[in-house]
Amino acid sequence: MYSVEFDRPATLEAALAGLKAEDAQALSGGQTLIPTLKQRLAQPSKLVSLTAIPSLQGICVADDGMLCIGATTTHATVAAEAGAHYPALARLAAQIGDPAVRNRGTIGGSLANNDPSACYPAAVLASGALIRTNARDIAADDYFEGMFATALQEGEIITEIRFPIPEAAAYMKFAQPASRFALVGVFVAKTAGGVRVAVTGASEEGVFRWGAAEEALSADFSAGAIAGLSLPADDMIDDLHGTPDYRAHLVKVMTGRAVSAAQ
Amino acid sequence: MTKVTMTVNGKAVCGEVEGRTLLVQFLRERLGLTGTHVGCDTSQCGACVVHVDGRAVKSCTMLALEAEGAEVTTIEGMADADGGLSSLQQAFQDHHGLQCGFCTPGMVMSAAALLAENPRPSEAEIRGYLSGNICRCTGYHNIVKAIMAASGQDVSAIAAE
Amino acid sequence: MPKDHGIGAPSKRREDVRFLTGQGRYTDDINLHGQAHAVFVRSQVAHGRLNGLDTTAAAAMPGVIRVFTGADFAGVGGLPCGWQVTDRHGQPMQEPAHPVLAQGKVRHVGDPIAVVVAETLEQARDAAEAVEVDVEELEPVLDMKAALSDGAPLVHDDLTSNLCYDWGFVEENREAVNAAFEKAHHVTKLELVNQRLVPNAMEPRVAVGDYNTGTGDSTLYTTSQNPHVIRLLMGAFVLGIPEHKLRVVAPDVGGGFGSKIFHYAEEAFCTFAAKALRRPVKWTCTRSESFITDAHGRDHVTRIELALDAEGNFQAIRTETHANMGAYLSTFAPSVPTWLHGTLMAGNYKTPLIYVNVKAVFTNTVPVDAYRGAGRPEATYQLERLIDKAARELGMDPIEIRRRNFITEFPYATPVAVEYDTGDYNATLDKLIEIADLAGFDARLAESKARGRLRGLGINCYIEACGIAPSHLVGQLGARAGLYESATVRVNATGGLVVMTGSHSHGQGHETSFAQVVADMIGIDENMVEIVHGDTANTPMGMGTYGSRSLAVGGSAMVRATEKIIAKAKKIAAHLMEASPEDIELKDGAFTVAGTDRSVAWGDVTLAAYVPHNYPLEELEPGLEETAFYDPNNFTYPAGAYACEVEVDPETGKVTVERFAAADDFGNIVNPMIVDGQVHGGIAQGIGQALLERAVYDEYGQLLSGSYMDYAMPRADDMPFFTVDHSCQTPCTHNPLGVKGCGEAGAIGSPPAVANAVVDALQRAGHASVTHIDMPLTPARVWAAMQG
Repeated sequence: MYSVEFDRPATLEAALAGLKAEDAQALSGGQTLIPTLKQRLAQPSKLVSLTAIPSLQGICVADDGMLCIGATTTHATVAAEAGAHYPALARLAAQIGDPAVRNRGTIGGSLANNDPSACYPAAVLASGALIRTNARDIAADDYFEGMFATALQEGEIITEIRFPIPEAAAYMKFAQPASRFALVGVFVAKTAGGVRVAVTGASEEGVFRWGAAEEALSADFSAGAIAGLSLPADDMIDDLHGTPDYRAHLVKVMTGRAVSAAQ
Repeated sequence: MTKVTMTVNGKAVCGEVEGRTLLVQFLRERLGLTGTHVGCDTSQCGACVVHVDGRAVKSCTMLALEAEGAEVTTIEGMADADGGLSSLQQAFQDHHGLQCGFCTPGMVMSAAALLAENPRPSEAEIRGYLSGNICRCTGYHNIVKAIMAASGQDVSAIAAE
Repeated sequence: MPKDHGIGAPSKRREDVRFLTGQGRYTDDINLHGQAHAVFVRSQVAHGRLNGLDTTAAAAMPGVIRVFTGADFAGVGGLPCGWQVTDRHGQPMQEPAHPVLAQGKVRHVGDPIAVVVAETLEQARDAAEAVEVDVEELEPVLDMKAALSDGAPLVHDDLTSNLCYDWGFVEENREAVNAAFEKAHHVTKLELVNQRLVPNAMEPRVAVGDYNTGTGDSTLYTTSQNPHVIRLLMGAFVLGIPEHKLRVVAPDVGGGFGSKIFHYAEEAFCTFAAKALRRPVKWTCTRSESFITDAHGRDHVTRIELALDAEGNFQAIRTETHANMGAYLSTFAPSVPTWLHGTLMAGNYKTPLIYVNVKAVFTNTVPVDAYRGAGRPEATYQLERLIDKAARELGMDPIEIRRRNFITEFPYATPVAVEYDTGDYNATLDKLIEIADLAGFDARLAESKARGRLRGLGINCYIEACGIAPSHLVGQLGARAGLYESATVRVNATGGLVVMTGSHSHGQGHETSFAQVVADMIGIDENMVEIVHGDTANTPMGMGTYGSRSLAVGGSAMVRATEKIIAKAKKIAAHLMEASPEDIELKDGAFTVAGTDRSVAWGDVTLAAYVPHNYPLEELEPGLEETAFYDPNNFTYPAGAYACEVEVDPETGKVTVERFAAADDFGNIVNPMIVDGQVHGGIAQGIGQALLERAVYDEYGQLLSGSYMDYAMPRADDMPFFTVDHSCQTPCTHNPLGVKGCGEAGAIGSPPAVANAVVDALQRAGHASVTHIDMPLTPARVWAAMQG
């Protein structure tokens, strides 16, 4: 790791001020960022830890019925505490990484990084959640901008994620056998407004919605409804763990299984 | 350099560290607690697992300064008060749950965290919980068996010694 | 009732206490006063010409003590290869130089170019980035067959081609084998890949060099399976330090699996730099670095054919293998695809004619050498996959075809130069059928089917040549070293013993099992015996631990030394009791005069040996310490039968191992608990190879699976519980313990069982065209196979 300053402010304001420094970088759970720094793949001047800011932590249900999760809430906490409100989300959190990683890694950190194989982006996009930052609310559909790219501006911090709670939902993950990230992960959420299907792990463009499946499932929420569909493999990731065709196939299989699980 | 203060194995400690100093470096190099091992650099092998405020974390993926004020427990702090093996450590010995010993500290720390959360885990729960701890020697058979035994379950039906 | 102590008892491991409490002392735990840190600058390209190196900026960085380059090693030897293979035409293999730091060319990603030594590790890392390397990229040589084609770029400019050797075995049988194929009733053919693996002992390699300015002695602390071998190779061939001025210490070592047998550049560097700088120099490998510097394993591409008669009797076997050596010859690399592979091609079967051809090839990849099993997994995999395919083609039961061809009379001289001393392959197969509950398979198949899963059953047998030794034999085969083992037994005045062994324990539990043997021989408590290993300063010259040799060879040396101790102790006891030595019996730690009640305790005799007041000094030296070197007259031949049941998810291709059973014949057993553990670990590595692990290079020679993000290590949830049995015991006929070795069996026997099971599952589901899938049988590959 390159030499780096470290700051662990107790308030959001102090953190925002700290991030104004050139090449400053916010640090949440660090489960992706610290390995990246250890490999010397990034060279921030300063790390501003967000983990001592109480207002960024915790889970509650707001008056409007939204499930609100503070940005630095760990995966373990979501797995343990979100289940009463949004079981599919809690189960997703319980499948991220491993227990020790879940004890440090945070939902905000995962979303800010937007790894194309991360689990949370699928839940956020399928749920139609809101990403709340220090400056604004960003709709999920506007937030994800491709692999490791998001709508966040320089120095902008995610403070909270607000999930509308669907009528039925499920996440199905087919793990890449080495990293245990999603080779393909599909989150299906059914609301009064229709069904949303978000896919992670598969595409070169990062998390995406599978429109054809959403349409079919909005008409008939059963695994059979997507039987006739096929997903083009053009933009799918090709790596040593799977071909584009295989990934496209898995998206369909995992979508069907998620629908069945969400019944 | 910045001063960091924490409690390690019940003892208050402090030291001057750089921003980039990892918790595992602080434990091994400053405190001489070399029981915590480093087996990879991508946060997967789990040889470095310690407890921070009662939770299992990978000490290679946490900065020492992030542990300011925390209660840290390492493998050196896991024996019974009289210095003998704890029941979990004893189960690892009884059931041959270790060979080269390199992954063992992390395995024991993860297993202890599991049993604190789930006093009687199933085989599948144990295997799932250990997914972040890689062992190259044992094939996990006797590790899983040891943890089941440590949680009071009858392991006599599990094949082989 | 199992024994509760001594040979045959599941004694708990004494080493566990320190490992379970964080008190182990691994090489990285060693920090010497004044120690500096080394960081290697490594090639980032697979193949290139080194046109220039500018270390000026790096040398001026904070904390930098010195930057070393290839020029510093101009007068230093290269890393030697310990085995010379002679090719089909009687010519020695092509043997390129293997410099400590690159000289003129870089030949694989990770090839060391320069080393920064600095006050702190981070300073050394910072400065390593500032070393400017001017490399002209050359076309990399990656595919083995392309490497041998005309006009292929040369990995080593001074060699005539990229062919290390073209080996035929047994060359004289070639025509007879071909003739047998001409008249065969049926020929089964298979082309397969035994993929490149990365050993991945959990402890990364570490080297700490130290130099005593007062005595001129050098010491190397290193993560090694064989410190004496390192001392010999590094001292004599690389650095020119006589062995009496060089000490090599391998303390607690966190697994090896072969990868820590070899002498590596970093060991030589740290020893060299410590002397040059007059201060200790430490290097600790990161895992990412270990992926591109630890010797890899396997990497064979094979075509194999089996000729059968109408009844399914094996008539002949013919193979052609391309074996990847990587960029340089690692310490024992040439022996792996030849003597550790070709000699095992008979397997458990009485095939009369066998011809093995191996072409070893240089490529711009990390060197390949022995990894758990080393050659024998490759032999077993091809043979047992092939037999399964033959059975299917002939409509025979896979168990029946094996039984029909089993060797049943011993000793048995195979057509590939080895003589099996003993075995009972039907017994292990019968035991397997019982412990694997093959009778219940159909019910489990139906249950899987009801859940929408495909189930398959894979069976195979294996044999291995272990107890790697016979110096006279390996010498004929090209070894440049002897492969005996040694032990010194030192009895202290108060009766406790220290056994100094040339073997090395890095997980195998020698400190416990070796003590069991000696304690049993004398009849004393195991805790009175201490096992010392891993330090050339206090152990006799030994060849270390690999090839499942420690108990069979090292344990036998220890038995021989203990026999000498007992013989001498009997003479002392005879003197004390005024009896004849021939009449003295040793039982339960007491010497008695046969047929009388006269007796002296072990401790009385040991005290007399060191306080010789009443002692036959005119006939016997005082003291009680003996050394033995043991060199057996044959390999040992563990064998067994394995069964695997898998489920395949027909929609995703994901394979799960549902059941795994192993029936092994290891001869006599010293500690059944440790033996079970060795088998478990081997099986997991074999399942890892079958389903998960693969080192993959891209077209530029970059290692794509260069971390645990892409190299799939077996995790706890990838494995079931295993059922293992070693009650079938045909003791080895030529070592005093009757033991055969158990360290590699699991890794040798398990890959074909898994692959056979997956093919069986797909066949049962109607995928008739799927006769083979290459390892690892990943979900993507299995799914693709099902698509036809």
